Order: sequence, then C-alpha cells, then structure tokens
Amino acid sequence: MKVGVVTFPGSLDDVDAQRAVRIGGHEAVALWHGDADLKGVDAVVLPGGFSYGDYLRCGAISRFAPVMEKVVEAAKAGMPVLGICNGFQILCESHLLPGALIRNDHRKFVCRDQLLRIENNRTPWTSAYTEGQEIRIVLKNGEGGFVADAATLERIEGEGQVVARYLEMNPNGSLNDIAGVTNERGNVVGLMPHPEHSVEELTGSGTDGLGFFTSLVEKAFA
Amino acid sequence: MADTASAPARPTLDTVAVAAGDPDREQPWAELGLKGDEYDRIREILGRRPTASELAMYSVMWSEHCSYKSSKVHLKQFGELPQETPVGPMLAGIGENAGVIDIGQGYAVTFKVESHNHPSYVEPYQGAATGVGGIVRDILAMGARPVAVVDPLRFGPLEEDDTHRVLPGIVAGVGGYGNCLGLPNIGGEAVFDATYLGNPLVNAGCIGVLKHEDLHLAKASGVGNQVILYGARTGGDGIGGVSVLASETFDADGPAKRPSVQVGDPFMEKLLIECTLELFQAGVVAGIQDLGGAGLSCATSELASAGDGGMRCELDRVPLRDSTLSPEEILMSESQERMMAVVEPGDVDAFMAICAKWDVEAVVIGEVTDTGRLEITWHGETVVDVPPRTVAHDGPVYQRPYARPEWQDALQADAAEALPRPGTGEELRATLLQLVASPNLCDKSWITDQYDRYVQGNTVLAQPADSGMVRVDEETNLGVSIATDCNGRFAKLDPYAGAQLALAEAYRNVATGGATPLAVSDCLNFGSPEDPGVMWQFAEACRGLKDACAELGVPVTGGNVSLYNQTGETAILPTPVVAVLGVIEDVRRRTPSVFQVSGDVVVQLGSTHEELSGSEWAHVVHGHLGGRPPAVNLANEHNLARALQDLVGTITSAHDLSDGGLAQALAEAAMVSGIGAIVGLKDLAQDPFVCLFAESTARAIVTVPADKLDDLMSVAARHAVPATVIGTTGGDALVVEGQFEVPLEELRTAWTSTLPAALGE
Repeated sequence: MKVGVVTFPGSLDDVDAQRAVRIGGHEAVALWHGDADLKGVDAVVLPGGFSYGDYLRCGAISRFAPVMEKVVEAAKAGMPVLGICNGFQILCESHLLPGALIRNDHRKFVCRDQLLRIENNRTPWTSAYTEGQEIRIVLKNGEGGFVADAATLERIEGEGQVVARYLEMNPNGSLNDIAGVTNERGNVVGLMPHPEHSVEELTGSGTDGLGFFTSLVEKAFA
Repeated sequence: MADTASAPARPTLDTVAVAAGDPDREQPWAELGLKGDEYDRIREILGRRPTASELAMYSVMWSEHCSYKSSKVHLKQFGELPQETPVGPMLAGIGENAGVIDIGQGYAVTFKVESHNHPSYVEPYQGAATGVGGIVRDILAMGARPVAVVDPLRFGPLEEDDTHRVLPGIVAGVGGYGNCLGLPNIGGEAVFDATYLGNPLVNAGCIGVLKHEDLHLAKASGVGNQVILYGARTGGDGIGGVSVLASETFDADGPAKRPSVQVGDPFMEKLLIECTLELFQAGVVAGIQDLGGAGLSCATSELASAGDGGMRCELDRVPLRDSTLSPEEILMSESQERMMAVVEPGDVDAFMAICAKWDVEAVVIGEVTDTGRLEITWHGETVVDVPPRTVAHDGPVYQRPYARPEWQDALQADAAEALPRPGTGEELRATLLQLVASPNLCDKSWITDQYDRYVQGNTVLAQPADSGMVRVDEETNLGVSIATDCNGRFAKLDPYAGAQLALAEAYRNVATGGATPLAVSDCLNFGSPEDPGVMWQFAEACRGLKDACAELGVPVTGGNVSLYNQTGETAILPTPVVAVLGVIEDVRRRTPSVFQVSGDVVVQLGSTHEELSGSEWAHVVHGHLGGRPPAVNLANEHNLARALQDLVGTITSAHDLSDGGLAQALAEAAMVSGIGAIVGLKDLAQDPFVCLFAESTARAIVTVPADKLDDLMSVAARHAVPATVIGTTGGDALVVEGQFEVPLEELRTAWTSTLPAALGE
C-alpha cells in the first residue's frame, strides 16, 4: 500500500513514521502541508511533533492546512488515517475524532517506555494485535491528557471506540487511562504514544509498535 | 509593544561624519564593559572616536565571552596538538563555529559544547532553552544536520530553595527547546555541589552529521555576493546580554538584569534548520554564519574578516520586531533563530524561494566588497566604517596574573584516606544505600524523562548508559558516540589532573559502548579570571588537558570558555567539562551498559588502589573535600579502551567505574537490568571498602558468557589490562560475599526516590 506521511511546519517524527511505514512493508509517500494533494495514497499518517510550534493550541493551526481538507474528505470516505501524538491532536481539532488533548496533569513533558493494552483490534491500524494484547511502546508528550465530556466518554466506551489504554501508570492524566481512540466508522485512529519509535530492536523500546504498520496489509487481505 | 508616542526623543544619529567632527564627546565605554585602555585602542585603530554603533560592536566583540581575552593565551596550546584524529586529518578545526572530523564512509561529524550559565541563572527556562538553540545553530552553520544534543548541568545542593527555582526551569528549557526541534537528548550530567548555588552551569552540546562535500565555512568571499539575513526578526531581547551578563560576576544580592536574557522560539529554529539544510542541498550558500552572542556585530565582522576583505550592509533593511530600535541596539541584539548567508547574485532568487517555502523571512541587507572595510549604513548615512578584523579578531589579549593558591597545599594535605570508614558488612551495606540515593549518584529519570531521547529513530544508547550513541547511516549502520564528563572536586584538588581525569572518564565511557574515541571538545567553566588563584586553575586545567590529549592521540576540535562563575569571593569548583566523540562502524555491535542475562561472569578490568580523596563517599558521608585525586594513568586508559574495542562481541555488557566506584557500577548494572549479581572481592587485592568505593581510574566491569571467559582473559592480557573475575550475574539481589546482600527492589527504591522527593513527582 501507499501510505502518505504529512509534514507540517514543526513536524518532528515524520521521517520516523516514514521509516516505520517502510519496515511495515509499505511504500511511504511524503505529503506537504501546503499541498491540497494526497498523491494517490491508500492511507495517511499524521506524525508527531510540534506543528506550528503548538502555538495557540496543539493542532489548532494545522487543522487549517490545505492538505487537511483532503485528509478530512478522504477520512470521511473511509480511508485509514492514523494520527500519532501531535497527529492525534490535529485529528481531534479537525473533529475527525472525539475528545481533546490537554496538558499533562503533572505539567511536565514525559518520555518513557509505556505499557498499553489494545482494546480494539477491529481498526485497519490495530488488526495485527489481539484484543487485550499488552504492548510496550515509546510515549513522549507534553499535552497528552485525553479528555471528553461525560456523555462522549460514555459513548466512546460503550461503542468500543477506545483503541488502547495505559497500564501500570497513567502518564498524563488521561480520563479512563485512554491512550487512543477511533471514530465511529473505525477507520480513523488517534494514539498518544509513538508506535513508530518501537519498530526496531536497536533504536526504540522494542518492536511492539510494528503492528500498527503491518495491520494495514493484513486488513487488505482479510 | 513599542509606544512611540511616549518614547523619549532619540539623540541625533551618530554617524562617522559626526564622530569625526565631534572628537571629544563623552562616550559610555565603561558602562558597556570596556576598560579605559581598550577604549583608547579603539580610538587608535579608527583614528577618531568610534560612533555609537562602532562602540557597541567593539564592546560586545571585545567582551570576555566573545573575545576570550583572558583565556586566549592558554587556549592557544590546543592548536599545537596534531590536527588529526586516530582515523585521519580534521576537516575543520579551532576557530570555525565547530570542529569537523572525518568518520569514514564519506561522512563527517561536527560537535561542540557551549555554556549558557549566567542567562540560565537569571531566567532558567529561557536561558537553558536558548543555550540549546545557540549550539544547534553553530552545528547547522557548518553544513551539518544536527542529530543529537547533550546537556551537562551543575546545580547547588538539592535541598536549597534556589536549586528548586533554577533546576525545574533549566530542565524544562533544555527539554522544551530540544524536544521541539526533534533532536534526541542522548546524554549529559546532573551534578550537585554547594559552589554552584547561585552559579548553576548549563552546558549544551550538539552533534551534527554531514557529507564531506557539504562542509560550509563562515566566510564572505566573492565581491558582489549578496549578504542575506534570514530567520526571526530582530528585537530588543538580549541586548548587551553577552557583555553585561557573561562577563560580570553576580553580586551577592543577585542580578536584576532580566531583560538581557534572550527569548527562544524553537518552532522558528526548527524551520530554520530544515530551510538551511535545503539551502545547502540546493547549493545556493557561498558562506554562512549563525547569529549568537553579539548578534549582527559578530556575524558581519567575522564573515567579513574571514572573506575577501570587505562588506557593506544597510542596517535599516534588517526586519525588526520593534521599530524603535536604534542602529546600535540592532547591532547588539541577541534575538535568537537568525542566520546570515553569503549568496552569489544569481542564486538569490532560488535562496528566497526556499525560504518562502519554509515561511522563513529573508532579506538582502548588503554585499561583499573589496574595500577591506566593514561599512554599515543607516538610512544612507554611514554609522560604521571599520577594519573587520579589528572587531572580530584583534581584541585585547590579557596575560592575567596567575598563582597557585596559598590554600592548595593545605587542601591536598587533608586526605580523605584518613577519614573513618565503614568496617562491617552491615556498615558497607548502609554506605551503599546512602550513596546510591545521594544527589550525584541517584537515578536522574526525573530530569531525563523530560527529554525526548527517541526522536529521529536513530538512538542506540542514551541515559542511563555511560555514553550516548546514534546511528548515522541506516544502510551501513555507521554510528557516533559521545560522552561528557567532569568531576569538579578532582579539579579543585588538582586542576591539571582534574582536567585529565575528565578526559579519561569521557574517553573511557565512549570506549565502554564499543566506539573508538576520536576527538575532544571542551567547555571550561571557571570563576573570575581576575582572581590569580582561579586563573591558575584555568591555566593548569588547559595544560593538563592538552598534555593528556597529546598522550591519547586525540585532538581538541574546539571549545568554549565561561568565566566569572562566582558569587562574591566564592568561585565554582573548576569545571572543565570534556566531551569525547567516538565512531563505531556497526551500531548493532555496540556494548550495552547493564547486565543482559543471568549466568554471565562478571569481570573487573583495571586495578583498584586506595584512592578516596575527592570521592563521592568522602563528599556524601563526610562532606569532605581534600587530598589528591586518583592517579591519572593515560597509558592504562588507552589500553583499557583498546581492550574494550577488541572485546566487542565477546562481552555482553560493559560499565565504566567512576563516581561511587565499583559499588555504584554494580548497583546500576543490576538495578537497570533487573538482574542481580553475586560478587566476591577477595581477588581485588584491597580491603572490601576500598574495592567497593575507591574511584581509581582506568577501570570497568564487563560481563561475559562463561565459555568466552578465556577469550576475554587473553584479550585483556594482550593489552596489559588486569582482569579479575569477581562474580556472576543472576538473582534479584546484589550480594557481596561475606559482607552483605541488598534486594534489587530496596536498592532501586533508594536510587529512584531522591529527585522526586526533593522536586515533586
């Protein structure tokens, strides 16, 4: 599959996401924030970083980038979209995902190897995992606290829209220990931790994150 | 924010013509930090009094921070070292923004460490953040992509209120800026000592990687070439920061100089990095210089004096954040995230297009000339007309008096070897727990967890390993490694040996990871050069470092000096931080720093002597500093490093023995891995306390599968490195036979609780 990785001004993990896409067996296609063009990709990753310096509010400016018009359009038509960290924030700001991300409750940036439980393996990004599987991947964020109003929270819990949950400790004050969510249709996934940093034994926290990138293939053949 | 309506009326513009016709005007040279004879020298160079703009330029460029006027005579000797590393000649050396060394496969690496001590005391977050920003631009200006940062830090005692003021801000600033640039933080130090109270040290290092052909040097060549200022707009921040902040001692009642500290915008810097790398790629940069300390004064004078001889700039074309700034303020401003490039006229359009793509503002402000003069105009009138070398390079050079302090003999006579020691196993156990929980030896996750160590996806080693290591090439797995070290207590006891010990430790740390040490950069933090005792420490440290580099065969590629780190009469511990850069051909073969499996044999390489003076034990248990530091033996260090390289693939882990001795090394290797060990000390030829807590040099512990022990022994013998089997990995406790046993959980609790307890979860 051709997987687009968008670079916004201030994106940091775009090269890492491209590498993970390739290790996952796909072709990585660089997409530019200023081009309203998805270059014929089959899926899109919005990578981590500090797009537009996280000024105003994380993701609030990127949401208006020309490329996002096309991403929103494609997502609504069912294209798999994965937002990692800052990408998750952009997806929430774009109203493709429920809830919002706020400053960590301890008010410090945190970088650690985080244990998660996969709660929903029916998305195109998580089908390589089993439901309930525990994985340890890199987490790093300053504004990773997932919040939503009570009704929304109840709905996404009830509809199985929670994709992954923090185990052992909650690193940022996310409600219900939520680390990632999906939309109602299940094609758009936002994840605060960084699976793209956990795809090589040598350079991350192991290879537990690779499933997010191999899932795409398995879904295609399912 | 400028309120022009209420701004005071500006004095008439002080042009060269005005200065010539008004030779006796009183000028504020003293307020700008110049000495009387320095001011006279400027008048002599120009044959008239300087204009206000010229005075501003000379004052910042002739400040201690920019001119190295007190340190120059001592730094000169580093240039006498052979300008080559163990693998080849240096590609650029001292005098450039940063030294560049060949690492093979067509790659080169540039690295440097700089201080941002005084600004970080005044404004911890912004001071530290802009320290990172500045060193990253230095690396970028060499044509390199920055790939990692390190942050050697020093603070006052952990329990002090002022430490609680500066530490969280400094850590958040280092993290906030570096994280936002997408640079992994792969190493550093956090050291606590009473002398750093009121004088925290924020040293920031950066490594950059480039292909040989991409090397760019700071020079303005080619008459008619255009001078382009690009990046952030120029504002009023940091005006006089260099001369006012870095070259003055803080009064005991603290500074009130907040406006002098620069404010950083890491998002702008990230755009500047990507934009600049694309400019290099497009081949449209003829010369380049970052704007750091002394801002435009530095960039224009340094570029011009390194080029064909002249430059003309129209200062009124500089994009401003504050339209009320005067020409002299614009020349002194240290606004961050700015670069200056020299571009051939035919490339200007392409240059501008790339800047536009990255939303980076760029303006042609001048051109290269053959006049031999740096001429700067303000709305058509000449406000600066100087020979650029006189600003950039011909600043004053001081032969500061130096003398061994009177107290040095008494200090060295007061040896820690005479202090009461723990005797029983129970006392040794308590000592171990006390030391692992002490501020200098405890777990630093509270700090390092605020840094992104994974971004770019090439980090092979980072905290808590002895050295940081990043992959440079994904195909060949070529990598580089860096370690920064300095034990300021050793340097206080003997500055010559202390600098050598700093080098030895960093060199050893690079070797324990499996890399070959290649080159050295330094960041020399000392007290006031006007104190002959401090100047002696500085001179001795430089001499020690140079002699040690000569013996180990590694060049000094560049460095930085920070003086005036003292409050009142109290200077900081002399702190010559040494960074060693190494290369490793295949990062997959790096040696981890902690135990890997149960059942491995634990071997100590090197020998232990009764060396306790300046040790963590003396510091923590007795609050004592006296005696002589551990003996330096560079031949042994060299042999150990060679042995560690030859043992790559044979050993499963290697950990340097330094602060806290064997006890701390065993504890860390066990706590971090979760694999315990059973060790015996009887073959180490010292009493158990000395074996565990002495800080003798040229030592490491390694682990090896039992069936490879013979191979290890023969490699060690070949390099004349003593090797002593001391135990086996396994279990969930650290057991010292015949002495004590500590469950790993108990050790870990002691080790990890200290910083969160002091600083909050």
